[in-house]
Amino acid sequence: MNGYLPQDRASRQAMLESVGISLDRLFDMVPDQLRFEGESDHLQKEGYAEYEVIRALDALASKNVDSKRFDSYLGGGIYDHYQPAAVRHLTQRQEFLTAYTPYQAEISQGTMQAIFEWQSYICRLTGLDVSNASMYDGASSAAEAMLMACRTKKRSRVFVSEGVNPEIVKTIRTYLHAVGFEVVLGALDKNGQTESFLPAEEDEYAAWLIQSPNYYGIVEDLTGFAEKAHASGALAVASCDLISLALLKPPGECGIDIAVGDGQSLGLPQNFGGPTVGYMATTNELLRRMPGRICGETVDRDGKRCYVLTIQAREQHIRREKATSNICSNQALLATSATIYLAMMGESGLREVALQSQSKAMYLLGKLVETGLFEPVFKGAFFREFALRPVKDLDLVALNKALLDDGILGGYVLPGNMWLIAVTEKKTLAQLDRFIAAVTRFAGKEVAK
Amino acid sequence: MMYKDTPVIVTQKGEVEGQRMVPKAELPHVDAAAYYGDASRPGKAPLPNLAEITVLRHYTNLSLKNYGVENGTYPLGSCTMKYNPKINEDAASLTGFAQTHPLQPDSTIQGNLELLWDLEKQLSFICGMDRFTFQPAAGAHGEMTGLLLIKAYHEKRGDTDRNVMIVPDSAHGTNPASAMMVGYKVREVKSNERGMVDLAALKAAIGDGKDIAGLMLTNPSTLGIFDENVIEITKMVHEAGGLNYYDGANLNAIMMQVRPGDMGFDVVHLNVHKTFSTPHGGGGPGAGPVGLKNILAPFLPVPFVEKQDDQFRLVHETEDTIGKVRGFIGSFGIFVRTYAYILANGQDGLKAVSEGAVANSTYMFEKLKNDYKVPTSTKTMHEFIITSEVLKSKYGVNTMDVAKRLIDYGFHPPTVYFPLIVPEAMMVEPTETETREDLDQLIDAFKKIAEEAATEPDLVKGAPHNTPIARPNETQAARNPVLKA
Repeated sequence: MNGYLPQDRASRQAMLESVGISLDRLFDMVPDQLRFEGESDHLQKEGYAEYEVIRALDALASKNVDSKRFDSYLGGGIYDHYQPAAVRHLTQRQEFLTAYTPYQAEISQGTMQAIFEWQSYICRLTGLDVSNASMYDGASSAAEAMLMACRTKKRSRVFVSEGVNPEIVKTIRTYLHAVGFEVVLGALDKNGQTESFLPAEEDEYAAWLIQSPNYYGIVEDLTGFAEKAHASGALAVASCDLISLALLKPPGECGIDIAVGDGQSLGLPQNFGGPTVGYMATTNELLRRMPGRICGETVDRDGKRCYVLTIQAREQHIRREKATSNICSNQALLATSATIYLAMMGESGLREVALQSQSKAMYLLGKLVETGLFEPVFKGAFFREFALRPVKDLDLVALNKALLDDGILGGYVLPGNMWLIAVTEKKTLAQLDRFIAAVTRFAGKEVAK
Repeated sequence: MMYKDTPVIVTQKGEVEGQRMVPKAELPHVDAAAYYGDASRPGKAPLPNLAEITVLRHYTNLSLKNYGVENGTYPLGSCTMKYNPKINEDAASLTGFAQTHPLQPDSTIQGNLELLWDLEKQLSFICGMDRFTFQPAAGAHGEMTGLLLIKAYHEKRGDTDRNVMIVPDSAHGTNPASAMMVGYKVREVKSNERGMVDLAALKAAIGDGKDIAGLMLTNPSTLGIFDENVIEITKMVHEAGGLNYYDGANLNAIMMQVRPGDMGFDVVHLNVHKTFSTPHGGGGPGAGPVGLKNILAPFLPVPFVEKQDDQFRLVHETEDTIGKVRGFIGSFGIFVRTYAYILANGQDGLKAVSEGAVANSTYMFEKLKNDYKVPTSTKTMHEFIITSEVLKSKYGVNTMDVAKRLIDYGFHPPTVYFPLIVPEAMMVEPTETETREDLDQLIDAFKKIAEEAATEPDLVKGAPHNTPIARPNETQAARNPVLKA
């Protein structure tokens, strides 16, 4: 097998000989003692044929349980929304798929405009002035927003609500610890909201971070949060799900300075958690402090509308160690995918996804509470996802295990014996009823024991 | 064919009623305004409702204004624009991978975990490392992660005065920027006339060694030059108490010929979107897995995969972990492609990849070295630098002009004006997946442009001539930012 090489050794040799070079001396610059000759049990000598490759991968994929064969109620930051067929077909076009970062504007207007459209959609959904071209994911985007706030406010401490996804909190801790900054966690009240446990006005934080809908699905009061953050001299930062913004007041209209989040819910495959796409949007005032690439509209020499990467004086390839971030590669293709998703769905489709997810989640919550087995952990209004706590002794891990036998991936078990359940528009009423029946059956058996 | 005008999608008229992606509602809709009260959106989000065919045509027409690896040779130095195998895309989209959730119980994701476990062993072998983490989302993210490991190592030993990272002047901009992300100061060392690290300058940079956290090195460098003193260099840093970081951006040049671990490096990141053929996607998603020696293993980011009696599990907590640098496990979908690529090549194939990459580049360099100025006579590997310095002084044709003229000939330009230490630089990396005929055509184009610079300089300076747009006004873009529609 030649792998993906169009030439074999003999033709390489002939090519090099034509310019007076010997193939055998090609690596002469490498000291002899370093030349590698070894083998491994983990890497076969010869390459596989294409069919062997896909057969091997298929065998691995078949060892998993996936949410097509099983009904999944997992969320916690990754959601199983439907992706229209056109999205994959378009993003698999090699012109989008295989291109590099659009450094040569004349032959990358496709990527450029797609990014510009992503920025436009993000601004329209978040109600903020400007968006960048994307971040790695929602967690790293939140961490970068914290650093951005610390630089802006020249303060070295941030406040993070306990309602923020632990994946995000952990990532923030890593990023901030690296430069010696402090992360202070706040608690949630009985409604599942941050409101009652905000820092005192005199406490000096660079940023306050809240998530809405938060990790437990509860919708937070962004307006009150932003007012109080500003009164204490901090930037107000919110992590927001983009589907929920079809129904919820945009963070920009609530006074939020930086909105971040993950675009995975816009029809991206769950992909075992990655790759996804992070977004970041902010105000005009903070534009030049934002990390990441930004695409801008301009004209070409002939006055024709076109797009370029712009305001690059913030970036690593110009500023090196003085850049706003080290980010270089981002998630352009997934931003394109999310953009095409939004174009396909439109306002009416996005609203329908949000409404049906919520109606179905409310139905499931109601029915599960009706069984007498659970109570909601929090009382506040929620979106798509809710947390339950067993009323009596009920082993949630054992319950999930039993559900697997019924072809169901149950909710995520949180510390404190809580069950985090997400419902998207993809679930049918029959599936929800099946879930309720399976839960009831398990509880019945437990009682019989 | 003319390139179609493509008005920004959000500004297009969208009055298509209803939608056909979501099945008919089985339950009454929640009254969102009443339920969410003050938190609900006043009015509707301003997104157009477009016809499906409108969306398809729009993005198809946009795509035609792009240039991909399947359009032609893409010799973008340091970016390794090789062919992205189609089968990798099919593998990554298998339902059993793509529709798994990161919070599923370990027993339901044994296939994913086995893949990561295997891939960790393979990458460790390829790099001469002991462990790998799959957390970092891109090369620069890998750099940050690697530096965090180095920092944790020194901190654990109570060696807290080490806050300087040595970076050669030929390094990618991400190196100093990543050092900044972890609170390190950057001390730059210059290259010598052969394009290698100047040992005297390195010695001076190390000084008494007390503040040295480590060194970041790309080898072969961005000049395409393998540093013959690499053992000496890594030894000097180790003796000063620092650790050595290998920037794997150019691993394609040396894969299976020589390993970073054997050169004395303690930690390495890979750009799988370069060396391991995963697509660049117009800027991402890439992935930047980080390899490390056992001395750094206690600090591995979480989660990572462990094997116990033929069962795989994710480890979410360890005492000394640096924590997480992103959500969940990592860019798993990218690693499926990486794994497929490694299987397709095998060890012999991967060795042939680096040989092919260096052979193609060397051939091109030999053919072009008399037409363009070369910054150094040192033998190069997978990429080389030529400059337009002579064309500029003689005919006023600079590197940007040459690059744009290459577009007229049907090629993607090389990386331009980088590395920063070479004036009018063009960094050419043909990769191993080009045929000899492809290379000859690109060589001819370079030669013709050098001639045109002398005979018809305005033709070159006005390039490109057949693209969807002419050269853009970048000053206007930055001065009056229009960043959305």
